[in-house]
Amino acid sequence: MTSIVAEGISKKFRLSQTRSSVKDRLFRRDGGGSHQDFWALHPLDLTINEGETVGILGHNGSGKSTTLKCIAGILKPTTGTVRVRGRVASLLELGAGFHPDLTGRENVFINAAFLGISKKEIASRFDDIVAFAELDSFIDQQVKYYSSGMFVRLGFAVAINVEPDVLLVDEVLSVGDEAFQQKCMDRVEQIQREGRTILFVTHAADMVRRICNRGVVLDHGHLVADTHPAEAIRVFREHLHGSMEDAATADSAVNVDSGIHISAVGFEHPANPEEAHLVSGGPLRMTVEIDCNEPIEHAVLSFQARNQRGDTVFAADSDHIGQPLPRLVGRTRLTFDFDRIPLLDGTYPVSMQLRGGSGATLALRENQDAFEVLYRGRTEGMVLVEPRLTVDRIN
Amino acid sequence: MSTAPPLELNLVAPQRSVRRHIADIWKYRQLLVQLIRKELHVRYQKSVLGLAWSLANPLFLLGIYTVVFTVLNSAFESFAIWLLCGLLLWNFFATALSTGTQAITGNAYLVGKVNFPREVLPLASVGAAFVHFLLSSGLMVVVLAVIRFHVDWAFVWLVIPAVITCLIMACGFAILLSAVNVYARDTTHLLEMAILAWFWLTPIVYQFNLMTTKLEARGWYGYLHLFNPMTGLIIAIQRGVYGQTSVIMGNNPEPSILLPDLSQLWYLRNIAVVFAFSVVLLVVAIRIFDRAEANFAEVM
Repeated sequence: MTSIVAEGISKKFRLSQTRSSVKDRLFRRDGGGSHQDFWALHPLDLTINEGETVGILGHNGSGKSTTLKCIAGILKPTTGTVRVRGRVASLLELGAGFHPDLTGRENVFINAAFLGISKKEIASRFDDIVAFAELDSFIDQQVKYYSSGMFVRLGFAVAINVEPDVLLVDEVLSVGDEAFQQKCMDRVEQIQREGRTILFVTHAADMVRRICNRGVVLDHGHLVADTHPAEAIRVFREHLHGSMEDAATADSAVNVDSGIHISAVGFEHPANPEEAHLVSGGPLRMTVEIDCNEPIEHAVLSFQARNQRGDTVFAADSDHIGQPLPRLVGRTRLTFDFDRIPLLDGTYPVSMQLRGGSGATLALRENQDAFEVLYRGRTEGMVLVEPRLTVDRIN
Repeated sequence: MSTAPPLELNLVAPQRSVRRHIADIWKYRQLLVQLIRKELHVRYQKSVLGLAWSLANPLFLLGIYTVVFTVLNSAFESFAIWLLCGLLLWNFFATALSTGTQAITGNAYLVGKVNFPREVLPLASVGAAFVHFLLSSGLMVVVLAVIRFHVDWAFVWLVIPAVITCLIMACGFAILLSAVNVYARDTTHLLEMAILAWFWLTPIVYQFNLMTTKLEARGWYGYLHLFNPMTGLIIAIQRGVYGQTSVIMGNNPEPSILLPDLSQLWYLRNIAVVFAFSVVLLVVAIRIFDRAEANFAEVM
């Protein structure tokens, strides 16, 4: 049975240059402020069946949050309609709707009223909510005295304990400490098992792989894929890569201008340069080209690969590798070979820095290059492990 | 689909009918109650006197007008009661409009993040003002009973349709203005001035008949100021509660006429006209609100 039916929904935003006042509206020909239209979402159809867990993937500005907000009813679509069957709980921002001057208890009741839930019903779940949020006696304190963690926990506790038929989630599963995150994930899985519908928006591909049974990819307001999670993640990566190239050409000025440039960086599979993706556990060849007008002695090239969250995955420099660079002049190509990349799938941006013998930065290249790893297995986490299992019968 | 369990169906669409809006508001009536309670609670929890403040304001105004009009020698018997007849309803109306206008912009943190019928916000402002009105009216009733004031029992029932009509009109204006204020923030300032002007155009501190006489002296239609919707409501309350249509004023031995000495039907007809206007206003306000709310989340 269908749970969410979105038909031809689109959203046009009007970007106005100035906030208009009554004066502008009355006395200016153009009705106050110049504006231009921006289609955040082009008409799209989306039907989600009961019990499905669907991840909407997209980079910033792809229209994924707009889609979710239209389905939640927070934004009205410019065209099209959305029909949602059952009670909708949306977790677009945790603790949204909490009033700082009211106590946690009072806020729970108001929050529930926003979800259209009766006082009686919420009273019967109140203890569960407080227990889930781990608030104990703080529940009768004004919310403004809460730590951000308590705030977030209470918001999540309300939304998740009201037995929604449809749960809409926007990037919020990544808040709170690890123990609480785990608790949230357990609850999400429980909701899944109960056959309820979950729709969530993210750019964390591993989350989609982990809990979804369907992936939708949006790019610049267009639906570009609606398929099983692994395929959706692949499409998402391709589009993300495309937009990163756009961004790179836009801010190439990041380079320190000293007549010395890191002019090109490439990543490839050493045996198969045509391959767009690297494979987990497979080899990687990174090539770096350096241009310099004047000779440089004792130069050191360092590089740093990050994951999408910005954590350093690995970093090294040419000295660490035990291969001091010769005197550089003109154009030089450096080739780094990695026999095995033990990373799970993701896009890994790489930054480069060229330092002189004195340690001064001669050239910098940031956020312009990235390599992608494709992983076809099912293990989760950050690194590739390939355990073998042996079963021995004892006794 | 035939086996569908009886779940509610939520519809999100660019435009929704007035009927749908009203049904949604009804569905969220508990939220409305909670928000009214919240509004009262937040406003008064930090003040020592709490709700008593809501009574202090009309009492203070009452004191000022009584002093001023006594000095001007145009006060009359039980002038305070006469004033309260108009002042309490006016206070409700003015408060409902000014707080209602800011209901959406002041709750921007909710509008962009939670889904609920947005009209509930201005309605909660009206509701909070109405609770104040009921409290201060209750106090007034107690005072009337204690001093054994003679209300005109043949007319006093007109208070009920007048108050209900005023409530509907306030809801209409609050919904309309709250939406307008999102797009033009200076609505708040314009409204402040408009309310002040409107106050002096309404026979609250002066008597209805004074305006009629002045208008007729200029050769205009004497009941022209009944086009002010608040006039019809307030004179009905004055007629019923104050009870007299003419009084001895100051040193003048001749009785001055306060209100037309006409039947209940005439007063009721005035209310009925305003009632019709208020219902139309409410429907129009919801329609305009429906168009406007599509972009609330972005504009703010």
